[in-house]
Amino acid sequence: MRLAGFYLFALFTGILPVLFPDSYYVTVVGVTICTNIILAVSLNLLMGYAGQISLGHAAFFGLGAYASAILTTRYSLDPWVAMSIGAVLVGIFSLVLARPILRLKGHYLAMATLGFGIIIHILFVQMDSLTGGPDGMSGIPVLRLFGIPIDSDLKWYVVMASAMLFSIWLSLNIADSRAGRALAAVHGSEAAAQTMGVDTARVKSHVFVFSAVMAALAGSLFAHQQSFVSPESFSFFFSIELVTMVVLGGLASTFGAVFGAIVLSLLPEFLLVFEDFEVIIYGTILMAMMIFLPQGLFVTLSRKLHCMFASRLQGTK
Amino acid sequence: MLDQLLQFLISGITVGSIYALVGLGFAIIYNASDVVNFAQGEFVMIGAMSAVFLVGKGVPYPLAVFCAVTITIMVGFALEKFAIEPARDASVVTTIIITIGASIFLRGAALLIWGKDVYGLPPFTGDRPISVGPATMLPQNLWVIGGTLLSVMAVKFFFDRTLTGKAILACSFNKKAAYLVGINVRKMLLIAYGLSAALGAIAGILIAPITYTSYDAGVMLGLKGFCAAILGGMGSSMGAVAGGLLLGVLETMGAGFISSGYKDAIAFVVILLVLFFRPSGILGKQEADRV
Repeated sequence: MRLAGFYLFALFTGILPVLFPDSYYVTVVGVTICTNIILAVSLNLLMGYAGQISLGHAAFFGLGAYASAILTTRYSLDPWVAMSIGAVLVGIFSLVLARPILRLKGHYLAMATLGFGIIIHILFVQMDSLTGGPDGMSGIPVLRLFGIPIDSDLKWYVVMASAMLFSIWLSLNIADSRAGRALAAVHGSEAAAQTMGVDTARVKSHVFVFSAVMAALAGSLFAHQQSFVSPESFSFFFSIELVTMVVLGGLASTFGAVFGAIVLSLLPEFLLVFEDFEVIIYGTILMAMMIFLPQGLFVTLSRKLHCMFASRLQGTK
Repeated sequence: MLDQLLQFLISGITVGSIYALVGLGFAIIYNASDVVNFAQGEFVMIGAMSAVFLVGKGVPYPLAVFCAVTITIMVGFALEKFAIEPARDASVVTTIIITIGASIFLRGAALLIWGKDVYGLPPFTGDRPISVGPATMLPQNLWVIGGTLLSVMAVKFFFDRTLTGKAILACSFNKKAAYLVGINVRKMLLIAYGLSAALGAIAGILIAPITYTSYDAGVMLGLKGFCAAILGGMGSSMGAVAGGLLLGVLETMGAGFISSGYKDAIAFVVILLVLFFRPSGILGKQEADRV
C-alpha cells in the first residue's frame, strides 16, 4: 500500500508505449523525461530530504557522461565497464568533496556548488585533447543489454523507463528508512539531529555521494542514448533547471520531483510555438510558481485533494 | 616581466572595478532583504544595452547614460515590487529561484528587444592610449576606475551620512525594530533595489566600450559579482568592493600567466578555496550558529 502510487505510475509508464508506440512525445521526449526524472529524484534526495541546496548537480551528470564517452571511444572499453568505472570515480570524487562543501550552509553552499559546477563545465570545454572541447564527442558505441543492442527509440524508452522507475523505487525506500529519517532530522535542525545522536556530517556526505553517483549513472546512459556529448548539456543552466524541477514539484517529495521533471521537460516542447517569447514565458512561469506556490505545485495539489477527500469522508459518516 | 605585470594589473583593476560595483549591489540587496539577487547581472546588461540603444538613436551621450541608469532603476523597482515583495516569507531556495526566474525573464525581454547581436558603445573620451611607464592604458580604463571610485564613495556617504541610508541600514539590522521606530520598511527595500540597479547600470555602461555587450552579457558578470560579495564576506559592502578588485586582479594575472581559457574558472577556484578554508570571507566577521 505504501508503494501504491509507485505501482500506479509504473503501470502508466508501461502502458504509454503500447498505446502510442510511434508517438514522438513517448519515445523521444519520453526518454528525455526519464533522464530528467532520474536526475531530479537524485537531487531531491540531497535538496528535498537532507535540505542541502546544490546548484551544480549537472556536473555529476556530465562527469558520468564524459567518463562513458571517453572510456568507450578512446580506450575502447565495454560500455558497462566504462559506466561502472565512471560511477566509482564520481563516487570517490564526491566523497572527497562532500565534507568541506557540506560544512557550508545557505547562500555559501549555493555559491560553492555553483562554482564547482562551473569549474567542471569549463574543464569539459578546455581539456579538448580528452573531451573534444566545445564541439563535444561523437561516435559513442551502442549499449548492449543481454546481447541485444539498444538501438531504437522504443528500446531506449524501455531501458530508460526501467532505470527511472528503479530510481524512484530506491528514493521512496530511502525516504522511509532509518537513513531517510536521519536525513529528515538533519533537514529540520542540524543541531537537534546531532543531539539525538545522528552523525550529521556522515549522513550528509552519504546522501551527497549517493545522489552524485545516481546522476553519473544517468549521465552514462544519456551518453549512450545520444551517442554524442558536448559541454552544453551540462552547463550551469541545466543545474538550475534541475533545481527548478525539484522545487516546482515540491521539496522532499519523490513524486514532486517526478512531476517537476515531467512539467519542465515538456514545457519547452509546448513553448516552441511561441518562438522568441519562449525565454520570457519560461522566466515568468518560474517566478509565478515560486511566488504563488512556494510549496511546489505537486505537493500543494495533492494536499488540496487530500483535504477535499478527508472532508468528504467526514461528511458521509 | 615587470611591464607585463603592470599591464595585467591595470586591466585587472579595470575588470575588478566592475566586479566591485556588481558585488556592492549584491551586498546592498542582501543586507536589506536577505535575498541573493541572481538578476544582478541583468542590471548590468540592461544599463549597457539601453545606453547603446539610446546613443544609437542619436540621444546626446550624457543624457543617454542618465536615461539608461533611470531605466535600470525602474527595472530594479519592478523586481522588488512584483517578484520579491509578494514572496516575503519565502525560503532561501525559493528566493534564489525567483531571482533566477527574474533574470531569465529580463534576458528574454532583452533578446526580444535587441536580438542576439553584440553591441559596442563608443568610449567616453576618445581611444588614444596613454602610456603609464612601460604599460599602456585607454582613457576608458581611467573612466572605469574613476567612475567606480566615485560610485563607491557616494554609496558610502549615502549609508554613513544620510537619513535614508541609515534607515536602510536599520532595516537590515532588524526589520521589526525599524518598523516600530517609524521607518517605512517597504519603501526602504524599494530604494535599496533601485540603488543596487543603478550601480549595476553604471558598471555596465562604464565597461561596455571595452568589452562590448549583448543580451546574455550579464550572466557571468552577475556570478562574478556574487563571488566578489562572498569573497568580501557576504553583507559587507566595502568587503564586496575589496573582493571585486582582488578577484579582477587575480583573474587577469591567472589568464595572463597561466592560461586564458581557464580565466573564468580562476574566480570560482578562488571562491571555493575561500569557502573551504575561511567561509566568512576576507573581511567578514566569524558567525556563530543560532539554534
